[in-house]
Amino acid sequence: MRNTVSTSLTNQKLQCPTMQFMLLFSRQGKLRLQKWYVPLSDKEKKKITRELVQTVLARKPKMCSFLEWRDLKIVYKRYASLYFCCAIEDQDNELITLEIIHRYVELLDKYFGSVCELDIIFNFEKAYFILDEFLLGGEAQETSKKNVLKAIEQADLLQEIRGVPLYLQKPPEDLQVSREDLLSNTTNNRT
Amino acid sequence: MPAVSKGDGMRGLAVFISDIRNCKSKEAEIKRINKELANIRSKFKGDKALDGYSKKKYVCKLLFIFLLGHDIDFGHMEAVNLLSSNKYTEKQIGYLFISVLVNSNSDLIRLINNGIKNDLASRNPTFMNLALHCIANVGSREMAEAFASEIPNILVAGDTMDSVKQSAALCLLRLNRTSADLVPMGEWTARVVHLLNDQHLGVVTAATSLITTLAQKSPDDFKTSISLAVARLSRIVTSASIDLQDYTYYFVAAPWLSVKLLRLLQCYPPPEDAALRSRLTECLETILNKAQEPPKSKKVQHSNAKNAVLFEAISLIIHHDSEPTLLVRACNQLGQFLQHRETNLRYLALESMCTLASSEFSHETVKTHIETVINALKTERDVSVRQRAVDLLYAMCDRSNAKQIVAEMLSYLETADYSIREEIVLKVAILAEKYAVDYTWYVDTILNLIRIAGDYVSEEVWYRVIQIVINRDDVQGYAAKTVFEALQAPACHENLVKVGGYILGEFGNLIAGDSRSSPLVQFNLLHSKFHLCSVPTRALLLSAYIKFINLFPEVKATIQDVLRSDSQLRNADVELQQRAVEYLRLSCIASTDILATVLEEMPPFPERESSILAKLKRKKGPGHLPDIDDARRNVNGSTEPSENTEATKKSSPSLMADLLPTNRPRPASSSPIMLSAGTMGSTHPFTDLLNLNSTPPSGASLLVDVFSDISTAAPAEVCEENFLRFVCKNNGVIYENQLLQIGLKSEYRQNLGRIYVFYGNKTSTQFLSFSSSVTSSDTLKAQLNVHAKTVDPVIEGGAQVQQILNIECVSDFTDAPVLNIQFRYGGTLQNIGVKLPVMLNKFFQPTEMLSQDFFQRWKQLGAPQQEVQKIFKARHPMDTDVTKAKILGFGVALLDGVDPNPANFVGAGVIHTKNTQVGCLLRLEPNTQAQMYRLTLRTSRDSVSQRLCDLLSEQF
Repeated sequence: MRNTVSTSLTNQKLQCPTMQFMLLFSRQGKLRLQKWYVPLSDKEKKKITRELVQTVLARKPKMCSFLEWRDLKIVYKRYASLYFCCAIEDQDNELITLEIIHRYVELLDKYFGSVCELDIIFNFEKAYFILDEFLLGGEAQETSKKNVLKAIEQADLLQEIRGVPLYLQKPPEDLQVSREDLLSNTTNNRT
Repeated sequence: MPAVSKGDGMRGLAVFISDIRNCKSKEAEIKRINKELANIRSKFKGDKALDGYSKKKYVCKLLFIFLLGHDIDFGHMEAVNLLSSNKYTEKQIGYLFISVLVNSNSDLIRLINNGIKNDLASRNPTFMNLALHCIANVGSREMAEAFASEIPNILVAGDTMDSVKQSAALCLLRLNRTSADLVPMGEWTARVVHLLNDQHLGVVTAATSLITTLAQKSPDDFKTSISLAVARLSRIVTSASIDLQDYTYYFVAAPWLSVKLLRLLQCYPPPEDAALRSRLTECLETILNKAQEPPKSKKVQHSNAKNAVLFEAISLIIHHDSEPTLLVRACNQLGQFLQHRETNLRYLALESMCTLASSEFSHETVKTHIETVINALKTERDVSVRQRAVDLLYAMCDRSNAKQIVAEMLSYLETADYSIREEIVLKVAILAEKYAVDYTWYVDTILNLIRIAGDYVSEEVWYRVIQIVINRDDVQGYAAKTVFEALQAPACHENLVKVGGYILGEFGNLIAGDSRSSPLVQFNLLHSKFHLCSVPTRALLLSAYIKFINLFPEVKATIQDVLRSDSQLRNADVELQQRAVEYLRLSCIASTDILATVLEEMPPFPERESSILAKLKRKKGPGHLPDIDDARRNVNGSTEPSENTEATKKSSPSLMADLLPTNRPRPASSSPIMLSAGTMGSTHPFTDLLNLNSTPPSGASLLVDVFSDISTAAPAEVCEENFLRFVCKNNGVIYENQLLQIGLKSEYRQNLGRIYVFYGNKTSTQFLSFSSSVTSSDTLKAQLNVHAKTVDPVIEGGAQVQQILNIECVSDFTDAPVLNIQFRYGGTLQNIGVKLPVMLNKFFQPTEMLSQDFFQRWKQLGAPQQEVQKIFKARHPMDTDVTKAKILGFGVALLDGVDPNPANFVGAGVIHTKNTQVGCLLRLEPNTQAQMYRLTLRTSRDSVSQRLCDLLSEQF
């Protein structure tokens, strides 16, 4: 099992280094979003997720944002209650990946208006759509915040109005999940 | 509040998600999900056709359930139906479901592809983007087959919208990664390169990624991208921070694009065009300069983006490895980061410096930071950072600082995290071996390793120390003394017992003179550990005991008592029981001679790449850890990932070799029978030599011989250095220089002999046109036939090849044949001549005889020309056992009780040649007071007497 995972991951080595996957998970270890840029079986994905969530959650707050894991490099950052975690290859640039994460958080924040974990749970499909506009095949497609949001908003305009506008649908207080804004200054989003 | 309405929320979905989240237990959640699945299934199966909205809502619920970690086995068809909806949100959910949940259901793939095809043809940019995103997300082969030829057209068409171009570029990149063979190269590639000039920076960003991937596949086709990339980069780094508007990120101009352009340039060697090259150098200098400017913002995003570009620029500088000033500047910049307050920067600086350490231009500069790095090892709180510090110390290590670095690593090892201990152990072991000036330091270091982190010392490490001790006779005495002392500790690691048992078994005699480490003391010390050890270690110790019986006859009885005890002879473990029985038997029935032969000192191990290095490479993955020396070469223009394959190739022969029993310390791994067979030679001499007579030399090898005779008119000079060391032994290293090591294993029977010559390539580069042949003087040709089998003309880096020489002695001889070796290393032809240790005494058969027979023969050979006598000064300590061993090694039988003076040695044997047999008697009289010997030889032929006397008198 382990072999198959590492083989399929290392085969990519011959290619240009690229992001292998991105995971969003909560402090409780609940997976909120997963995006795989290399073909893996469901079983492998689950195994990787389990291992990695454990590894990252075990790290202390002031530790560095990079770690070696199997033959990959993990770049992660915590925003309020959510961990954003990317797996990149050996040759890849850690700092620019860290800022990919930040730009994605900014996009979510701008779109939802002070995004919190609950927004991502209840509007998971939107989180995926925004990610696709920003990152495709593991590479930055459009780094301008304005352009990404314009594309999403244009798509939103194509939707027929039906039911209640989303922002009125924010669910009642939820004790399990913090509604803390991901980009609030009180969290460890150090500036 | 959001600026725009987020369109139609799906009320039902939100309620379902809330329900799930309110479930108090896992069981409740599963119950709720099953209820929902049943509901959706009945809706999908129902007679009433569902409207688009309901379909979308249910598909979205299924998606949510899947993302929670549950299996979904239906709904695919409904999702595919959504693709053909003309409502955007429905289409979008359909695509999302397929992207996340696609499986290779062939029926569906056709339908999906059909939907994608329609959207690609729709000329509606929003729909086209959805379709392209789906292809990029799934990236399956079926999709590549269907669309790989169409997407390039979309990408380069003049009327394609920018956002579609961006999606198309990355979509193509993904297809090229998964099914490169299906992406056609063609006229479009030239036009893709020109996208680097596009007005729209988003298009440039996406296109740069695509071009980088394509350029790695076929660099020549994309060479024109170099100048465009440099031009683009130059414009970015010199722009004012507001010029690029929304592409400026926290006051850094287009950081993502800059990184990608720098990455693209790493596919190529430095530009040949001087103007272009200087423009690129200017860019890199500007980036380095900016690092020194005060930050434009205090936000971490600003410094991260700026440094991301800086690190990528340093990667490019290292890749080019051609501008010493840039390399040194890069190194100094990283040096500043080593003490930065941001942990991330310290981590990256350590990592990046590792690569700089391997450039000859910056190696020395990196070394100046040694104290900072050592300090990092001691003070960093994060294990990943400490790991980087260990890596860097390893990379910057050379002869000048090896002792310091090894000492620091050893002291760190005492407190190191368990997760990285094994790796540190391997690294210390490698450095200690590689930079050992004197091997006593090496032995001390390895024993320290075992003491500090015995559990993490793998077999490779302790095998290696034994290999080295066996191959270096200058360190054997020290090793014996040191392990003896280390074993005194009340609790010592089992690995130490293994090393101690092995080394004392081989070389315990070297310290036996001291009463504090007399044979009995040594034995008792080892045996005191016996009961605490595992079965393999006990087996090894039993082998050490039998070796003791050979080395020290005085403890024979004690050891036999131990072997005879029930706990050994009736041990429940088969291996231990067998060893005890056989060793006991062997010690009872075998004569001293047989015992001495069977339990002879281990022959030197053939040199080859350290198995520890191979292990470290395996651990780190190929390419991750370049050989310290090898990496210090210019890596210009390495556009193909040759390093990886090279490293894999390099490690495989030695891995193979590890599996061969002859390369391992045997007592631990093979049965006693194998042990004795192994020490006497790998094949039975008798059977082999019989074959020799019936095998005529093959035509092919004759041709090679003739050819090499002509071409090696004058081998530089013939090396005789080790020749005399082989008079009394058959195995060992005959020749060694920086490139090549030649080891020999020989066996003789009557007038026939066979030599196995092992050529070890000590470098990491291939030897080409390798040939080796044997030449003899004209006189010798008539006396000795030597037939060399051909060898493979290529010896891989780190590999070893074997050549067999068959020898027949026709009549007695004095000259020695010469082994001529030729090969190409790098560009130069190497020419080496080695005097082969084939001497007359090799054809001795020992003869046992009684005292009276000896004197009778002695008298018969009384003619003055038959006797040769020589008186000479002792060059080595006059040790009775050593002398005995040498006389036995010379090939004659030692006759006890013949000479009235017990201090004298008397031997007899017969030299076998094809034409005749020559009986030989010898007598050696040591005079310990004068430190002199008198050697007398009597044979029926004067030439034989003379030659044998010359050979033997050099040995004492």
